[in-house]
Amino acid sequence: MTSIARKDVPKSTALAHIRICDLTGLLAGAGATRFLAAFGAQVIRVEQPAHEKHRWDFLRGGMSPDGTKQGINFGGGFNNHNVEKLSVTLDLKSPEGKALLGRLVSKSDAVTENFSALVMGKLGFTYDWLKSHNDKIVYVANSGFGKEGPYSDFKSVGQVVQPVSGLTFMSGLPDQQPAGWGFAYMDHLGAYMMATAVLGGIISRNRTGQSQYIDFSCTEAGIGLAGPELLDSTVNGRPMRRPGKPNSNSDNFPPMVPHGIYPAAGDDNWVAIACRSDGDWAHLAQAIGADWARDPALATFAARMARRDEIDRRIAEWTAALERGKIEAAVRAAGVPVGQVARPADRIDNDPRTASWGLWPQVHHEEIGDVRVEGVPIHMSETDWSITRGAPCLGADNDYVYGSLLGMAPDEIADFRERGVI
Amino acid sequence: MAALLSGLRVIELASDRAAYAGKLMGDLGADVIVVEAPGGHASRGYGPFVDDKTDPDRCLWWWNYNTSKRGVVLDLGTEAGREQFRQLAASADIVLEGEDPGALDALGIDHPQIRAGSPELIWVSVTPNGRRRPDLHEPATDLTILAAGGLAWNCGYDDHSLPPIRPSGGHAHHTASAFAIMGALTAVVHRDHTGIGQHVDVSMIAATNVTTEVSSIDYLYRGATNQRQTGRHASEHFTMGIQVQTGDGGYCTNPLGLTTAGNYQVVMDWLRELGLEDEFEEFFFLPMGVERGGVSLKVLGVDVEATEIYRAGREALYLIASKLTMAEYYVQAQQRGIACGAVYAPDEALADAHFRFRDYPVEVEHPELGRSFTYPGLPFTGASIPKTIRRAPLVGEHTQEVLAKLAIG
Repeated sequence: MTSIARKDVPKSTALAHIRICDLTGLLAGAGATRFLAAFGAQVIRVEQPAHEKHRWDFLRGGMSPDGTKQGINFGGGFNNHNVEKLSVTLDLKSPEGKALLGRLVSKSDAVTENFSALVMGKLGFTYDWLKSHNDKIVYVANSGFGKEGPYSDFKSVGQVVQPVSGLTFMSGLPDQQPAGWGFAYMDHLGAYMMATAVLGGIISRNRTGQSQYIDFSCTEAGIGLAGPELLDSTVNGRPMRRPGKPNSNSDNFPPMVPHGIYPAAGDDNWVAIACRSDGDWAHLAQAIGADWARDPALATFAARMARRDEIDRRIAEWTAALERGKIEAAVRAAGVPVGQVARPADRIDNDPRTASWGLWPQVHHEEIGDVRVEGVPIHMSETDWSITRGAPCLGADNDYVYGSLLGMAPDEIADFRERGVI
Repeated sequence: MAALLSGLRVIELASDRAAYAGKLMGDLGADVIVVEAPGGHASRGYGPFVDDKTDPDRCLWWWNYNTSKRGVVLDLGTEAGREQFRQLAASADIVLEGEDPGALDALGIDHPQIRAGSPELIWVSVTPNGRRRPDLHEPATDLTILAAGGLAWNCGYDDHSLPPIRPSGGHAHHTASAFAIMGALTAVVHRDHTGIGQHVDVSMIAATNVTTEVSSIDYLYRGATNQRQTGRHASEHFTMGIQVQTGDGGYCTNPLGLTTAGNYQVVMDWLRELGLEDEFEEFFFLPMGVERGGVSLKVLGVDVEATEIYRAGREALYLIASKLTMAEYYVQAQQRGIACGAVYAPDEALADAHFRFRDYPVEVEHPELGRSFTYPGLPFTGASIPKTIRRAPLVGEHTQEVLAKLAIG
C-alpha cells in the first residue's frame, strides 16, 4: 500500500529537495515536520512496527469520525498533524533496525525527534552516531527541559511545560486560582521553534558544509514569552507574584482601558473590546450612547485607568442585554477593535477571514476518507503550501522507502517484514 | 562555529506584530536592522521603564523584543527617507514588516515596487488578517484576535459565569511571529537553491486559529465543541481538576493523574515518608490501585471501584501537597515518576536551578547605564547557537554606521 498524492494540486517546491528522517510524534514534534511537509519536504515518519504494542504515537489510534470504526490509523489528531508525510515501520531496538535507520540517515538532510531527553542516547543514536552515517546531517531534538540538567528526565507534556514556564500563572483573574491554558499551547510553539531550528540548521549547513546539532528546550521557550514583565522583575526588582496579578484579560502592552471580555445575551456568549486610544473610547462611548460613557471626566487614559473596574462593570451591563453579533457590529462600525469569543463553529464554518484564506483544506486519508484539517497561516507568492493527502497509514510507505530509496530487494523487504524488523 | 543565521540580513520595520520574529532571528545571529520613525517607534512608550523613568531608551518592552538588533531612524514621510529605505531593503535577504494593508503601497515602498528590482528578496508581512483580502481588514489587537481566533474560548474556569480568559503576554504576536520566521527561513532555503525570492503573507487570525490543539481538530474531525475548564484541557466533557494547592499557597498540576500501579505504590511510600499514613483515612484504596495494575482513565465513571481508587489517589496528592511548598511538591512528584508542574511565575522559573544550570538566563550589558541585567536567553543549545544576546538599540544608535556602510545618502 503506497500513499498516492492527489495529482490535481501542484505541490510546493520550496523544500522539495529536502528529506527529513522524522522520529517525532504527538504535536510538539509532528507539528514541526507538518509545516515542512506542507512546503514540499519529503518527511518520512519512522514508527515502531504494529507488533510492538503501544510503541506508536498514542495519537495514532482512535475512532473514525462517525464513531463506527476503531484502529491505529483513525486518530483525528494524528491525521491532522501528519498530513503530507510518509510512514515507515522500523524496530529501533533491533540491530538490523538500527542499521536500516543509519542507511535512512545517510539519505536524509535532517533527523528530528521529540522523545524524552534520554531516549535517543539509550537507543545508541547519538549525534556522533548520526554523523558517522552522514557528516552533513542536521539533528534537532525537542524535549520539555532539554537534554542536560537536573530536570531532563522529568515527565513533560503541555500541562507541565506551561506551568513550569510561567505561562499558566500568566492566565487568570485576580484572587482566583490559575486559569491556565485549555490546550497544549507550548506543543504548538515548541513545534514552531523546532521547525525554525531545522530550517536554520539546513541554511547553515548549506553555507558551511558542516553538520548541525540543535537541542531545543520547550520550557525555556515558554519562559521567554513573558519578556517585558520578566525584565520588570530582573531590572526593577518587582516580583510578578503580587496582589492584583495576573489580570490577564485587562492587562496589556500597551495598557488600554477599557480592555476586556464582556458578557453578551444568551448562554456563555462573550465579546472582546479594546480601546487603543482616547479616540477609540470616544467612538465607543457614542456607540454605547449612555450619559455615563459620554462623561468628559473619562476622556483621558489616566482617568479611565483609575476607574477601570467601574467602566468594565458598566460596559458589561450594556453588553449583557445585547446579542453578541449586534455588539460586534456596533463596535466595529465605531472603528474600535472587537471580536466575539468564537466557538469552533463560528471561526471554522462562519468566518470569511478563515474561509477566504483556505484555512481548512480537505484531505484524503486511505482509511478515514475525506476529512478537513488545518491549513497553514502563511501564503507564499511563489511556492505556496499544499495539503491534500491525509496522514499515512502505519507503514504505508515501506516499499517505496526501503525499496526505491534504500535499494532493498522485494524479498529482502518481505523477510524484514516477516521477522518484525519493519 | 558561525552563528546559525549569520550572513543573513533582515531589514525590519518596527512593529508590535513582527518584533518577536526579528528578535529571534537577531539572537540566532542574523544582522537585523530595525527601522524606526524619528523619535523612535511607539512601542518604546509601552513601558515598564527602568527605575520607572519614562524614556524611549529605558523601555523594557522595547528591550525585550529588540535584542541583538541594530537600530536605524528613517523618516518615511520624506522621499529621501523612502529612498534610503529602498536601498536598505535592496541590500537585505529579508524585509520584515507589520504595516496595515495599503500603508506601504501608499508610500511607494511596498514589496511589488521593491522586489521588482530585487527578485531574490524575501518580504514578510504580518497583519491581522493577511494581505490577501484588504477588504476584510479591520482594527484589531492581541485581545480581539485571540478572541476571534478561538484561543480564548478554550481558557478560563469551570465556573462559566466568569469570562473566558485571554492569557496575557501578547500571544497573537508571538504565534504570528513564529510563522513569520518559519516562512522567512523556508523562503531562504528555497532562494538559496533557486535564486528566487518571494512574498510571505502571514495572517495573525489564521495563526491563532491553527494554534488551539484539539479545539479545531475535534470540530473538524467529528463536529465536537469543547468547553473551558479550570487549568486543564477544554473538553466536550467535564473532567477532573488537575491543580493541587501547596502548603505555601502556590499551585502545581498533575496533568496525567495516577494511572499506573507504580504511581499508587509511590504515593503510598510518599505518604509514609511524610508520616501521613494515619492522617489519610482512605489509604486502604491505594494498595487496591497497585493490585489492579493501575487505573485506566477510560474506565473512570464506568467502573465504580476504579473511580473510587482514582479519586482516593487524588485526595492523597491534595494532602501531600498541603504539607509541602510548591517547589518541593513539584520536584518530589517528578522524582517519583508522577508528571507534575509547578505553577511558577515566570521570574520564579527564570531563577530555578535547572534553568540556571543550563545557562538559560543571560547577562546583557547596558554600557550606557553602566549596568548589566538578566534576560531570558535562547531556548536552543548547540555549537552554532549564540550564548549571549546584545541589548536593544537606542533610538537611532546605528543610523550613521548603517547608512555610511551602504553609501546611502
